[in-house]
Amino acid sequence: MKLNYIIPLLAFFALAALLGKGLTLDPKLIPSTRIDKPAPNFELPVLSSAGEKFGPQDLKGQRWVLNVWASWCVSCRYEHPVLNDMARAGIAPIIGLNYKDEDLKAAKWLAERGDPYHKAVVDNNGRVGIDWGVIAVPETFIIDEQGNVIYKHTGPITRELVNSEMIPLLTATN
Amino acid sequence: MKRAFFTSVLLLSLLIFQSNSGAAIEVVEFNSASQEQRYKDLLKELRCLVCQNQNLAGSDAPLAKDLREITEKMIKQGDSDAEIKKFMRSRYGNFVLYEPPFNWSTAFLWLGPFVLLILVVVGLVMNIRRRQQEELFQPTRASSDAEQVKIRNLMRNTPSLKPTDSEN
Repeated sequence: MKLNYIIPLLAFFALAALLGKGLTLDPKLIPSTRIDKPAPNFELPVLSSAGEKFGPQDLKGQRWVLNVWASWCVSCRYEHPVLNDMARAGIAPIIGLNYKDEDLKAAKWLAERGDPYHKAVVDNNGRVGIDWGVIAVPETFIIDEQGNVIYKHTGPITRELVNSEMIPLLTATN
Repeated sequence: MKRAFFTSVLLLSLLIFQSNSGAAIEVVEFNSASQEQRYKDLLKELRCLVCQNQNLAGSDAPLAKDLREITEKMIKQGDSDAEIKKFMRSRYGNFVLYEPPFNWSTAFLWLGPFVLLILVVVGLVMNIRRRQQEELFQPTRASSDAEQVKIRNLMRNTPSLKPTDSEN
């Protein structure tokens, strides 16, 4: 008879725990489908250098960073100094994927704020961004020696994030 | 006069909302009606990743526009619905589909309501049976209340002695 009172109480706590857990999750966070899979290939023109092209295979054999950015993107302004610091420290080559932007505005942005990119490549119509599963800029990927995506961060990167998550991945060798 | 004014304002605003409701989608021409229907159905089933509670059909986001263009192109190329969904899923995961596919992580979502229904029905049946048993074996509990006994006997169709003139 006592059990009849305990079961609904337990059911209530189980449900409360489940819903409480749900409150701590970020519904905007969509896990990348590209992790541990080959990086989507592309062949894109390099910003402000006529005729030059860049593709992921150019950096095969080393770890590198792909940073998706645009001059119209407000939160890209916050992470730009972090990217500049990363480039100055020479941790790994950073490729900037200029997503749905205008070349002139993008070049002006880099002239004004500093250019952290090994190469900045132009994705005018955003199709390469779609292949990479980009939802909202800025997004940052790490690609390993074999050309697999091993890390993705959505939103602006911070110094703490670079130190705690990105540098360990970029300096590890396998 | 006042009423006529209000009526016309109301009608006008209805017209404005009417024309706004279809503004998000570009006009797309297809070769056949079936292709157009598939396009419309797919846009309803695919989620806009930027504004997550809208589908591709209803979203003004640039990414949604790009994905609509890709959907249109793939339909015209002759790709099947499954191929288009696979294209989207390989880039954005199951989240891009409004109706999640059935697998281990979604089993609870799909089967949960039915499991709950079965549990409730079983519980209800057990509860009713127990009550009936209790009443059968413990009818004396309310025997002090003559009316209640009478009603219960009537409900169960219990044979009873008819009052006779001699007892009165």
